[in-house]
Amino acid sequence: MITIDANGMHYRDLNRLIREGIGRGVKKFFLENVNGQYYIGDGIKGDDITININGIPGNDLGVFMDGPTIAVNGNAQDNVGNTMNAGKILIKGDAGDVVGYGMRGGRIYILGNAGYRVGIHMKGYNEQLPVIIIGGKVGSFFAEYMAGGVIVLLGLNDTDDAAGDYFAAGMHGGVIYLRKKIDFSKYSKEVELYEADDNDMAFLKKYLLEYADDFNISFEDIAGKPFYKIVPSSARPYAHLYTSA
Amino acid sequence: MLKLKNKFSVERDISGCGLCGIINAKKVKTTGEDIKKAISVEHDRGNGLGGGFAVYGNYQDYAELYAFHIMYDNLSAKGNVEEYLKNNFIIEKEEPIPTSKTSKIKDHPYLHRYFMKPKSDRQDKLFHDLGDDDFVVQSVMSINEKYDGAYVFSSGKNMGAFKGVGYPEDIADFYKLDEVEGYMWTAHNRFPTNTPGWWGGAHPFTLLDWSIVHNGEISSYGINKRYLEMYKYNLSLKTDTEVITYIFDLLVRKHGLPIELATTVLAAPFYQNIDKMDNKKKELLTTLRQIYGSALLNGPFAIVFGYSGGMVAMNDRIKLRPLVAATMGDFTYVASEEAAIRAICPSPDLVWSPKAGEPVIVKFEELVAQKGGLIGL
Repeated sequence: MITIDANGMHYRDLNRLIREGIGRGVKKFFLENVNGQYYIGDGIKGDDITININGIPGNDLGVFMDGPTIAVNGNAQDNVGNTMNAGKILIKGDAGDVVGYGMRGGRIYILGNAGYRVGIHMKGYNEQLPVIIIGGKVGSFFAEYMAGGVIVLLGLNDTDDAAGDYFAAGMHGGVIYLRKKIDFSKYSKEVELYEADDNDMAFLKKYLLEYADDFNISFEDIAGKPFYKIVPSSARPYAHLYTSA
Repeated sequence: MLKLKNKFSVERDISGCGLCGIINAKKVKTTGEDIKKAISVEHDRGNGLGGGFAVYGNYQDYAELYAFHIMYDNLSAKGNVEEYLKNNFIIEKEEPIPTSKTSKIKDHPYLHRYFMKPKSDRQDKLFHDLGDDDFVVQSVMSINEKYDGAYVFSSGKNMGAFKGVGYPEDIADFYKLDEVEGYMWTAHNRFPTNTPGWWGGAHPFTLLDWSIVHNGEISSYGINKRYLEMYKYNLSLKTDTEVITYIFDLLVRKHGLPIELATTVLAAPFYQNIDKMDNKKKELLTTLRQIYGSALLNGPFAIVFGYSGGMVAMNDRIKLRPLVAATMGDFTYVASEEAAIRAICPSPDLVWSPKAGEPVIVKFEELVAQKGGLIGL
C-alpha cells in the first residue's frame, strides 16, 4: 500500500509513480490532493489493484484500463473510462461529459449525475460486457451510437428530467435500463421501449447489488420500482440510408 | 517574432483551448494571482502559442477614459498611430504597459497604453456625427486594418486585455498581473491548430468593454463575417473568435438587445424546441432567429464573455466543448475543467455543468457608494 501526495504533480509523474508501484507489487494506492491530473490509471492491468482518489481526477480517468478498480471520493471530469477494457471505476460525486467513450468491458458506477454523451460508442462482444450505472440524471445524447453493453439510469433524485434530448440517438446494439419512464418524445426513432421482465431483473440484480454495496446504499431503495428496457429496433439502422432496400 | 499584421491566408482558426473566469458580484477585487493559478491547472490544454487575460475594474482612476492597449512591431508604426491618436483624442496619460523580464517570454512587440477620450472637434465630425463609442470602434478598426505593424488589443473603459504568445501563466508573469486588481477576470490558454500563434491572435478578443475568450471553432465564421461587414466591422484578424466580440457589440450596444436575448441569438434554440414553447416565447424566439439568422454561431464552442455589467459563460447548442461553473458567496467561477476552479476555491457552495446553449449570466449588483480604489498598475 502506498500513499501519493499528488499536490502540484504533473500527470506524467503521477502515472509513472503508479506504474512503478505496480511493478514493485503494490496493490493499493491512495492518491491525495489530486486536482486535474489527466489519464490516471492509463492502460494499467491487474484485477487486484485498487486506486483510491481524493480530489478531482482530470480527464480520461482509467483510459484503456484493463482490470484494476479506481474509486473517486468526489467528482470526476470528462471522458471517464475512455476505451476501458476491464475493471471498475466508482465515482461518489458527479462525472463530466462522455463517460465510457468506446468502452468495451468493465463497470463504471456513478452515484451522482453524469454529463452529455454517456456511453457513446460503447460496445460489447461475447463475454466482454461493459456496464455503466448512473444514480442521478444525465445530459443529452445519452447512449449515442451505442453498439453494445448495458447502461442503467436510476434517476434516484426523482427529478422529472432524468435525461436530456436525443436520447439513444443512433443506438444499434446493447441495452438501456431505466428505473423511471421518461418523456417518450425524447426517444430516438431507432429504439423501442419495453417493461423489464423477470430475466432482465435477474440479470440486473447482480449489478445493482454490487452498486448498492459499493456506495453503501440500500438495494431495496434502488431496485424497488419496475424497470423499463430500451433496445434498438435494428442492428443496422442506416443500412439503406443511401441505397434502396 | 511574427509580425503583427496577420497576412496568413487562412479563413479560420481551430483550437482546443482552456478557459477560466472569475467574477465577484459585489465588485470585491482580487489580484491576477487567482486567475493565473486556475488557468495554470489547464496548462496542457494549450501549447504555449497563446495566453491572455481580461480584467475589469483595474483602471479605477481613469474609469471615464478609453484605455487603449496597442502592440507595435516597430517604432515607426508607433509614430504613425500616435499621430492619428493625437489628432483625434485627448490623451490624458500614456506609458509603456508594465512588463517584467521573464525567462519565458523573450520575444515580444512593443506594448504601450493610452488613457484618452475622443476630441469633440475632431476632423471626422465634418462627415458624420459618431458618438464616442462608435468613434472608438471606428478607430480600432481603422488602426488594425490600415496601420502596418500596429494592433489595438484593448479599448474599453476601466478594463484591459493582457495577452501574447506563451503559456498563460508566463503571460501573467510577463504583465505582472499579481500587481493588478480587478473584480472580474477571464483567462485563456490557446492551442492553435490552423493558424500560427501570433501576439494579436491570442485571446481575449476585445472591443470597447466587450471581451471574449473562446474554446472551439466557429464553423459559421464566413456568414458571420459577411453579416458583420455590412455593419462596418472590419474582420482583420482572420481568427474566428473575433466575430463573437463584434456580434455582442452589434446586438447589445447598437441594437439594444438585453444580454439574455443576445445569447439566444448566438446559440439559438432548435426549432423543434421552439415549437414546444408558449406562444409569446415562440413568437419572440422565431422572430430573433429570422432577423438574426446570420449572427447564429454554428460549430463547437465554449465562451466566456465579459462586459462592464457582468459575465456570460455559455456552450454551443449541443455541448461540444466543456464548461463547468461554481459559486462561493459572491464569487462565481467558470472553467473548462472543474479542477481549475478547485485550485482557487476548494469547496464551492455549488458546482454544476451548464446545459448546452444555456448561458450562465452573472451581473454586478449596483453599489450605492463605491470606495475610491487604488490604480491597479
